[in-house]
Amino acid sequence: MQKIIKNGMIYDPLNNIDGEKMDICIDNGKIVDSVANDAEVIDASGKIVMAGGVDPHTHIAGAKVNVGRMYRPEDSKRDVMARGGGMRAGSGFSVPSTFMTGYRYAQMGYTTAMEAAMPPLLARHTHEEFHDMPIIDHAAFPLFGNNWFIMKYLKEGDLDKTAAYSAWLLRATKGYAIKIVNPAGTEAWAWGGNVHGINDPVPYFDVTGADIIKGLAEVNEMLGLPHAIHLHCNDLGHPGNYETTIASFDIPKNIVPKPKYGHRDKILYATHVQFHCYGGTNWRDFVSAAPKVADYVNKSDHIVIDIGQVTLDETTTMTADGPMEYDLHSLNGLKWANCDVEMETGSGVVPFIYAARAPVPASQWGVGMELFLEIKDPRKICLTTDSPNAGPFTRYPRVMAWLMSNKYRMNLIENELHKWAQTKTTVATLDREYSLYEIAQVTRATSAKVLGLSDTKGHLGVGADADIAVYDINPETQDLSAEYMAVEKAFSNAAYVLKDGEIVVLDGTMVKPDLYGRTYWINTKYKPEVEQEVLVDVEKWFRQYYSVNFENYPVQEDYIPRSVPLLGDSVPGEASGKEPAIEGASK
Amino acid sequence: MELVKNVVCPFCGTLCDDIVCKVENNEIVGTINACRIGHSKFVHTEGAMRWKKPMIRQGDEFVETTYDDAIEKAAHVLADAKRPLMYGWSCTDCDAQAVGVELAEETGAVIDNTASVCHGPSVLALQDVGYPICTFGEVKNRADVVVYWGCNPMHAHPRHLSRNVFSRGFFRERGRADRTLVVVDPRKSDSSKLADVHLQLDFDKDYELLDAIRTVVRGKDILYDEVAGIPREQIYEVAEVLKNAQFGILFFGMGITHSRGKHRNIDTAICLVQELNDYSKWTLIPMRGHYNVTGFNQVCTWESGYPYCVDFSTGEPRYNPGETGANDLLQNKEADAMMVIASDPGAHFPQNAIMRMAEIPVIAIEPHRTPTTEMADVIIPPAIVGMEAEGTAYRMEGVPIRMRKVVDSDLLTDKQILERIRDRVKELQASK
Amino acid sequence: MSEIILNPKVQPQVPLEAQNVTPDMFAGKSIDEIKNIEIWFGNEQVSLSEFFDVEGESADNASEIKIIIDGDVDNTKRIGQGMTAGEIVIKGNTSMYVGSEMEGGKITVEGDAGPWAGRDMKGGELTIMGDAGDYIGSSYRGDWRGMSGGVLTVYGNAGNEIAEYMLGGKLVVKGNVRIMPGVHMNGGTLIIGGDVIARTGGEMKGGTIVVKGIIDEFLPGFEFLGVEKDIEIDGELLEGNYFKFKGDNATKGAGGIIYAATKGNAHIAP
Ligand code: SF4
Ligand SMILES: [Zn+2]
Repeated sequence: MQKIIKNGMIYDPLNNIDGEKMDICIDNGKIVDSVANDAEVIDASGKIVMAGGVDPHTHIAGAKVNVGRMYRPEDSKRDVMARGGGMRAGSGFSVPSTFMTGYRYAQMGYTTAMEAAMPPLLARHTHEEFHDMPIIDHAAFPLFGNNWFIMKYLKEGDLDKTAAYSAWLLRATKGYAIKIVNPAGTEAWAWGGNVHGINDPVPYFDVTGADIIKGLAEVNEMLGLPHAIHLHCNDLGHPGNYETTIASFDIPKNIVPKPKYGHRDKILYATHVQFHCYGGTNWRDFVSAAPKVADYVNKSDHIVIDIGQVTLDETTTMTADGPMEYDLHSLNGLKWANCDVEMETGSGVVPFIYAARAPVPASQWGVGMELFLEIKDPRKICLTTDSPNAGPFTRYPRVMAWLMSNKYRMNLIENELHKWAQTKTTVATLDREYSLYEIAQVTRATSAKVLGLSDTKGHLGVGADADIAVYDINPETQDLSAEYMAVEKAFSNAAYVLKDGEIVVLDGTMVKPDLYGRTYWINTKYKPEVEQEVLVDVEKWFRQYYSVNFENYPVQEDYIPRSVPLLGDSVPGEASGKEPAIEGASK
Repeated sequence: MELVKNVVCPFCGTLCDDIVCKVENNEIVGTINACRIGHSKFVHTEGAMRWKKPMIRQGDEFVETTYDDAIEKAAHVLADAKRPLMYGWSCTDCDAQAVGVELAEETGAVIDNTASVCHGPSVLALQDVGYPICTFGEVKNRADVVVYWGCNPMHAHPRHLSRNVFSRGFFRERGRADRTLVVVDPRKSDSSKLADVHLQLDFDKDYELLDAIRTVVRGKDILYDEVAGIPREQIYEVAEVLKNAQFGILFFGMGITHSRGKHRNIDTAICLVQELNDYSKWTLIPMRGHYNVTGFNQVCTWESGYPYCVDFSTGEPRYNPGETGANDLLQNKEADAMMVIASDPGAHFPQNAIMRMAEIPVIAIEPHRTPTTEMADVIIPPAIVGMEAEGTAYRMEGVPIRMRKVVDSDLLTDKQILERIRDRVKELQASK
Repeated sequence: MSEIILNPKVQPQVPLEAQNVTPDMFAGKSIDEIKNIEIWFGNEQVSLSEFFDVEGESADNASEIKIIIDGDVDNTKRIGQGMTAGEIVIKGNTSMYVGSEMEGGKITVEGDAGPWAGRDMKGGELTIMGDAGDYIGSSYRGDWRGMSGGVLTVYGNAGNEIAEYMLGGKLVVKGNVRIMPGVHMNGGTLIIGGDVIARTGGEMKGGTIVVKGIIDEFLPGFEFLGVEKDIEIDGELLEGNYFKFKGDNATKGAGGIIYAATKGNAHIAP
């Protein structure tokens, strides 16, 4: 039961540990001070040790993810695994099936991943997929940014009701955070339109993206949620959109973070910012605006971003930004899926080929790298590919290797990428290389903290969950910048991965594939008397305008077998509570 | 008498969740809100005989047996087969379906659901060209042009029109009066009678008509004065109606999925809907039949990567309808054992598929006496999901709803039966 | 050329999958090793010799190997799948996927072939002396990129949706085909010697289709460009008069060309 990881080089930014050789003691699924002499020894000499990776933004479970799988058999066929070794069969290169998703994350040393877009009406679907996704702890972010109730209450200027409804919706969907996607734009798409920028009002509801961002940012702190508002800005992918991006970042900056759980100190989490850093007015005069956005982030303390790094693969884009996907389909002519969800949100799915030799993908690759390299403080960055939008999560090790090796990048820039990478972005002039400490920061520490989970995730201090990755990388003997292929390989196939203290991966192979993770969700109420009033509205609209009955809407507890509710009743009387002890249990 | 509210109807893909069941002595004696077909499912007036005990065939007779024996026999049949087929799945819940996928993996089987004989063509089409849909509420709240192509909802989905078209919505306060209803069907039907426009095209000419409409929508002229029996002028008129919608919706059914060309009709219909978005807002919804046919496609996809017709014979999931569909396997005489669950291929499959079924061992997990159970070697009766057991189902456009349990049953659920077969198969495989 | 002869024993009802029967897989192996190459028999793997007598002589390079399958293999799928060099001759009928994904070399089927022959073909030559099934020279489900190279020739008739999503290469059917030849075609050449029932070139955007026989029904979304005499296709002169159409205008960016012999096709011209 007890284990000790000996002699590894520890990279643990949340505890300021930068490559020191230390032992990590594990008991009962947690990291502890010490263990008995007969504890199982894991020899990590010559290897590095990090907390399990924490992916704050990925698309792995739910309706549109499954459409991505279902309507791309040609993608499924590219990567197929057989049943065996206790593992279930599966398939999917850009959108792997659920079991495969769990295994693949684990093999890379990732032990927590957040589904970044959950349509409330279809929440049950997301949770059903989590149920079949081994290893990783997880949560899902319900979509708020185009919700009729939210827009109605914000229009009425009633933040109390907005907060009460938001709390109810988080409970009803077993959701974790307030996700905002193209605020006002997706509702406009229900009529085939879009909004442009943050000051363009949505038809009928007559609120703007700016109103929605501001209102929900305030609500987020009224509820004291662990995570910040999670924002996918307007105008994704359009040349010239960086102005919208910076203006959006600026909206909530004076709000003060007040999480009731965790240690978040940021007010805004902006996602896949790579797609939002474009200058120019069209794709001919397009130029990267990443330096401008990086400059804004460098000067600001209220924001954390994730990158959405393009990995130069053929992949599947999927987002609640319905109009964006239709535009993309019009541009590349590839098959378009869409699902408008009554009263709440929408979504679209389109395959995309980020060909290295094509000008735009090459530039997008450069834009992402510019953000990584020009934002000085990695505590403001999370490494993502907005999987699978800019590339599948299985490419994270490659992104890490790119960050750690200028040589790797220059090889790519000089030999494979369209010259736009050099003419439209500054990436070729940036020779910064990430250290292992910085890699640990952008893959676990920043994300755990901004998600509000850094009591137990993203670090190796006493009290943390024993979610641990050991990689066969030796900075004492290897020149990591030169041996980038070895680095990529080591991050792809961890030497050991522990989940809740159990060895689940050994030498890149799953050895305990039938462990299942927790579902985090927010169990809170805002002013019960206001909620009563709100529910009168809600029930009325359900009767008239929804297509399911109010009583059949909330996700039943049956769907959450390893439930970890945060806030609310689960943490009586504590301002910053500890999560209840729930072991990652076998199914 | 007890009233159980917000019950979900386990019959058609409309998956109405507002049914009230009247329960007396652990029996459903009446319903409120259900249509006539939903009602008869709830109160067992279908006239079907219910199996109360597992049965095993001995010669020409069925003899009663225990669950243990029936499951033992089923496990042996599946474990011994070289190309077992597991078919059906559309009238049970997602948890049972998930165990089914695992059982198929474990036995190197081909797993397929009834989509194969209803909206399989829609799946093939959406895989080629895409799938722009919306949920029912969007239709109710926004749609001003509603097209039903190749379906007769009044007959097969009786509450579909009342819930989505006749009802008032947020932006359609007058309900039906705010909408233009177009029915495309070679026949007159109870639904076409209600339409503002009935396009009565020639049989098997859906693709031709769609090709013409798409061409006209795109501002090009068509080669002929009449297509599919519809005059050029009317094609132009219809194209205008479609382009001028504020929010248009296309519902399509078996009349188009199974006319000549099958999935290509749906393919071009999907493309029409996509292209109409250059002018207005359009989405579509397939009129899926069984209440959880959609759920199987969802579960099978998230577990294996493919929605139906999944072949696990090599351990890896493979997919190619036309080769790996239930009918393909039976008609090509590939299948050497079959498990049928929650469906009745004995009544619906073509003759040469049924001939193959008669040649091979068949296990039926089925509550009622059906043509399929007549051909079975083992019959294992389950509790009925949505009445006697809980579980998840997905509405035709993908909204998942928790099915309620209304009355108790002594019978095992589909899921429990499958789990026990799976566990026994694992033991048998391990001892091989 | 070294010849390796596979003599089929009895073909089982549960089909065999012989993607390992290619010159590439046989290259560098002794006859005994070839006998032990695994093929799929339903959900089981068995050695080749269980269903085939193997004799002859192998070679080190695929390009020096000719595999002769001396009889019907009606229920064996995937022969020659993905092959890059060498030759396969099937002296009888075969099942699905013969020569699918092939990149080079040559396959001759002296009898009939099942569906998906030459699916996703990239190069080489696949010749079927008898009839062929549906979807020959097509793409995989969901893929918009189908056959991209090589030459696929059928001397008999073929089924539905041949050359579906074709991108390049040449597909020739000497006999008749059913519906939807060249559906979603984006490039390449499809030549049909016989008749077509309906929907030639449905939703095509590019490529060329020639029909020398009779097209029963034609799609309304094509534009009539007139009559051309003695057309040249891929360097080959096809004599006679042809109606020329462009389309399918139902799709965006339509630029596919259909030539239909004027003889017997007056009913499809406007
Ligand atoms: S329409 Fe369908 S789901 Fe609704 S009550 Fe009738 S049978 Fe049941
Ligand atoms: Zn995203």
